[in-house]
Amino acid sequence: MPALLEVKDLKKYFKTSNGFLHAVDGVNFTLDEGKTLGVVGESGCGKSTLGRTILHLIDSTGGKIYFEGKDVTDPSRRQLSELRRKMQIIFQDPFSSINPRMSVSETIMEPLQLRGGLRKQEIVERTKELMATVGLAERFWRTYPHELDGGRRQRIGIARALALNPKFIVCDEPVSALDVSIQAQILNLMLDLQEQRGLTYMFVTHDLSVVKYISDDILVMYLGQVVEKAESDELFRMTLHPYSKALLSAIPEPNPHSQRKLISIKGEITSPINPKPGCRFMARCPYVADRCKEPQILEEVMPNHFVACCRCREINDI
Amino acid sequence: MENNVLLEIKDLVVEFHTDDSIVHAVNNVNITIHESQTLGLVGETGAGKTTIARTILGILPRPQGKVRQGEIIFEGENILAMNESRLRRLRGNKIAMIFQDPMTALNPIERVGDQIAEAISLHNKVTNAEAALRAMDMLEMVGIPRERFGEFPHQFSGGMKQRVVIAMALACRPRLLLADEPTTALDVTIQAQVLEMMRDLKNKLNTSVLLITHDLGVVASICDSVAVIYAGEIVEYGTVFHVYDNPGHPYTRGLFGSLPELDTDKTRLKPIKGLMPDPTNLPEGCKFCDRCDYAFDRCFKDSPPVVEIEPGHVVRCFLAGKEGE
Repeated sequence: MPALLEVKDLKKYFKTSNGFLHAVDGVNFTLDEGKTLGVVGESGCGKSTLGRTILHLIDSTGGKIYFEGKDVTDPSRRQLSELRRKMQIIFQDPFSSINPRMSVSETIMEPLQLRGGLRKQEIVERTKELMATVGLAERFWRTYPHELDGGRRQRIGIARALALNPKFIVCDEPVSALDVSIQAQILNLMLDLQEQRGLTYMFVTHDLSVVKYISDDILVMYLGQVVEKAESDELFRMTLHPYSKALLSAIPEPNPHSQRKLISIKGEITSPINPKPGCRFMARCPYVADRCKEPQILEEVMPNHFVACCRCREINDI
Repeated sequence: MENNVLLEIKDLVVEFHTDDSIVHAVNNVNITIHESQTLGLVGETGAGKTTIARTILGILPRPQGKVRQGEIIFEGENILAMNESRLRRLRGNKIAMIFQDPMTALNPIERVGDQIAEAISLHNKVTNAEAALRAMDMLEMVGIPRERFGEFPHQFSGGMKQRVVIAMALACRPRLLLADEPTTALDVTIQAQVLEMMRDLKNKLNTSVLLITHDLGVVASICDSVAVIYAGEIVEYGTVFHVYDNPGHPYTRGLFGSLPELDTDKTRLKPIKGLMPDPTNLPEGCKFCDRCDYAFDRCFKDSPPVVEIEPGHVVRCFLAGKEGE
């Protein structure tokens, strides 16, 4: 069976007054049906742009996107409207991604109305079902978003994304704006929905502990490029790229006995405008060498574990 | 912790009066901060964390914010009884605050060095040149080259801006630093840098810190003690070791159960059911009773007592210390 989604050498450059901003620069991956791909990185690494380019919310600069085995890089209008039905997105901020002037039911109903071909009664029934699915009580039918807390608003966003029975959902930091106890409720809901409906997720986040919890495979991105790619458990057991290591060590652990040593990386993310051809992490990397000035290739260092670092084997004794 | 008490909050009750209701933001809070201690105040959105910090500084929004009851004793004096000019001498001098969002805490049209120097010359008898020199020293202390004195906030990245804000707060060597979610707006690698710097500076300057956060990881990495706040009440207090090793309150346990962890393979999280109660209409008994798995009839009627389950570790719950019964 072909993968549900395949992305080949995907590029998205934005034109700025100082040159091209390489937001996504040659990303490759495949994603099987029913699986979750986690995409992690810090602000500005291109993780959201990657999700939006795949959804055709913005046009790609180069590369190919295959969905259900078909090339959908440059879809026709008809193809695109069909794609939109199958691919959906859940946004980060449940405060600004919902129309404040539409009630809960209107918001969830809208995709069903736009799709056409459904009678009014059917739409109402489906909306009720969707609200029940995401755990929104029917008493919120006429409620407006400002009356609800962040968790419930995010449930509206999820219900709306599910309305047309999509196969693939890009979840762009869906829980970052929520408190931990609510975050756990929403994460569990998303896992339940995946089990029930066989959904495929691309889960974009900066939070490594969330990504570990929800993903099958993980991409670690830095300045538009994938620096490490592996199965979730493998990545956390054997973190190989210097950036992934630093990222992992930087998470404050909720354990005062923790002996984990912070791998401090100096400086901050550099500009993605007209980047030099070498390793983009070079300026902050503790293992930097001359060879790092050459372009880095994402290499299969261990079975199914890819790393873009020329010194990877030497640093990790492989 | 044999040090002297620096700040003591006694039975603090703060309310916000709106047109048609009263928001019970802080309900009978008692907190003690010792010299050079770092206390973490953990809780979720709306728990009353920031309100406590604002009350300490006397910057509650007026006229809605009202201190109904309580005392805040700082160096032997009740802050709540001070007049505005006394308070002004305290703020930014002996007690300083770092706000959550470094993007909005700085004046965008003033050079960062001048903003730090302003705090210094406001509280000290120094010439402008001396203030500028000391501001440069502060910049260096937080890891920013002194040459950047004349730059504007937009020329700094988020992490750098937060360093400037910290430099500003520490410029007058405060006894107490109120840090309100100082790293929440930052990326993890930058957060790690800032936390490490705060830890060093705190030791160097011997400042006490009240760290407000929702992140249990940040607390574990920087605090000595922790107070867990829920719906305006401290539900658990103790050293980080006590509270993390042996969380006594169902809410604290719920928070830990909600966290995806890196080191263990949890297949499902155990979220706390329900939502925080409406602060205009709090439940009569225990504020957590509607969400608690262990609640019994008494929890809905009476306010639970504060029980010491081990020396220095207190829990506000009827069932505290009665495990297995």
